[in-house]
Amino acid sequence: MKTYDLIIVGAGISGASIAYNLAKKGMTNILVLDKGYFASGATGRCGAGVRQQWATEINCRLAKQSMEFFSHAKETLKYPDDIEFKQEGYLILATTPEEHEQFKKNVILQNTLGIPSKVCNKEEALKIVPHLNPDAFTSATFCQTDGHLNPFKMTEAYYLAAKHLGVEFHFFEEVKEIHVNHQQIEFVKTNKDIYYTHQVVNAAGGYAKEIGDLVGVDIPVYAENHEILVTEPVERMQGPMVMSFSKNIYCQQVPHGAFIMGRSNPFAERNHDIGSTWQFLDEMSKTLVHIMPKVGELRVIRQWGGSYNMSPDRQPILSDTKALEGFYMACGFSGHGFMFAPMTGLLMSELILNEKPSMDMSSLHIDRFKENKTTAYEKSVV
Amino acid sequence: MKNEKDIIICRCEDVTLEQIREKIKEGYTNFEDLKRLLRVGMGPCQGNTCGHLIQRELATYLGIPIEKVKTHKSRPLSMGVPLKAIAEDQNENI
Repeated sequence: MKTYDLIIVGAGISGASIAYNLAKKGMTNILVLDKGYFASGATGRCGAGVRQQWATEINCRLAKQSMEFFSHAKETLKYPDDIEFKQEGYLILATTPEEHEQFKKNVILQNTLGIPSKVCNKEEALKIVPHLNPDAFTSATFCQTDGHLNPFKMTEAYYLAAKHLGVEFHFFEEVKEIHVNHQQIEFVKTNKDIYYTHQVVNAAGGYAKEIGDLVGVDIPVYAENHEILVTEPVERMQGPMVMSFSKNIYCQQVPHGAFIMGRSNPFAERNHDIGSTWQFLDEMSKTLVHIMPKVGELRVIRQWGGSYNMSPDRQPILSDTKALEGFYMACGFSGHGFMFAPMTGLLMSELILNEKPSMDMSSLHIDRFKENKTTAYEKSVV
Repeated sequence: MKNEKDIIICRCEDVTLEQIREKIKEGYTNFEDLKRLLRVGMGPCQGNTCGHLIQRELATYLGIPIEKVKTHKSRPLSMGVPLKAIAEDQNENI
């Protein structure tokens, strides 16, 4: 029988980062299980943006420290390929007086935490992205150190580094049962085998709720389809990600030359659908052409969908639980697990190894929901 | 084959036979993995040119019949359509 110190469910960037951080500290007898192919879940379907402009303090802190890691990730993880990290900023458009007021507050918070964002008037914003429709927004905020990162390459960097340290990864292997006896995890049963362990990390992205259900831990998260499209690659014409919460759009030209853009569907059902719809294409194109008519010249190449794992306050759950010792959760990222992955890995490794956490994690604990202790709600989500 | 690096398998993204064989040897033995790491099938033709060539490479490497190698997921749109053509076709306001 195979025995592991710890099993991670989900080999997306969160699982890979947790595995790497633990292995680096000496816990190498780890198995990472994934039911699909490499980066088949939310990580490989995400919008490839990395930003620090958030409305809640904890999200700002997670994002800022993650960004610092990304800036030297290639060297730290000794990745032979290019992770396509670029810091050409996020320009977030305000389109209503309420948004303008909220963004001013956000920038004050971000600046307090060392995030170099600023409020821009219309003229300043048009200097940063000249092809914006001046009638589509009133003001904006900009942070130069936000930007882009290739999700496949960044995940592979963590994956290879973890593997190099001795971590095992099994793809196409689905967790079917987590056996608990007398309040202790005994083994994990998959569609292929049984593995003995007393510790399990739930990093299952869109399927985090189902993994919680396997051990009777009720995690208040759900999966929701968010659609996205990519255009043909063209000469460089836009540095920053352009984003608007009120217009429901994010749109960035990636280093490869293509534009990636997405929006959320306010009527999306809570399920595991990751399909593509005509309605998305219809609404996306109209919003895009309204905000950046010039980008409307480009041809669409492909569209796809992916699961956001939504938490009630749109902030992650990085947590253990009194309900079951040895069961850990890294889920509920609400669409932003990719960009928080370095801190997810670091904080989860500290929690699992009983080390002093690098930052106060109390507001990320799952108990915040049942004790009604949630104090902040993240509004800056598309 | 000596000229693997001169043989372009994915014309949209300029991916050579050598690159594909290297990645397969690293353990990425399905089309979806190769697509994500090499961009094969991500260009305008959406894998219509390279799809069956890569399928054959995988079949040879894995020693299985080609029909057992899963083809990649086809996604809309299969033809390039300018966004404004879609937007202008509608009469509603945003």
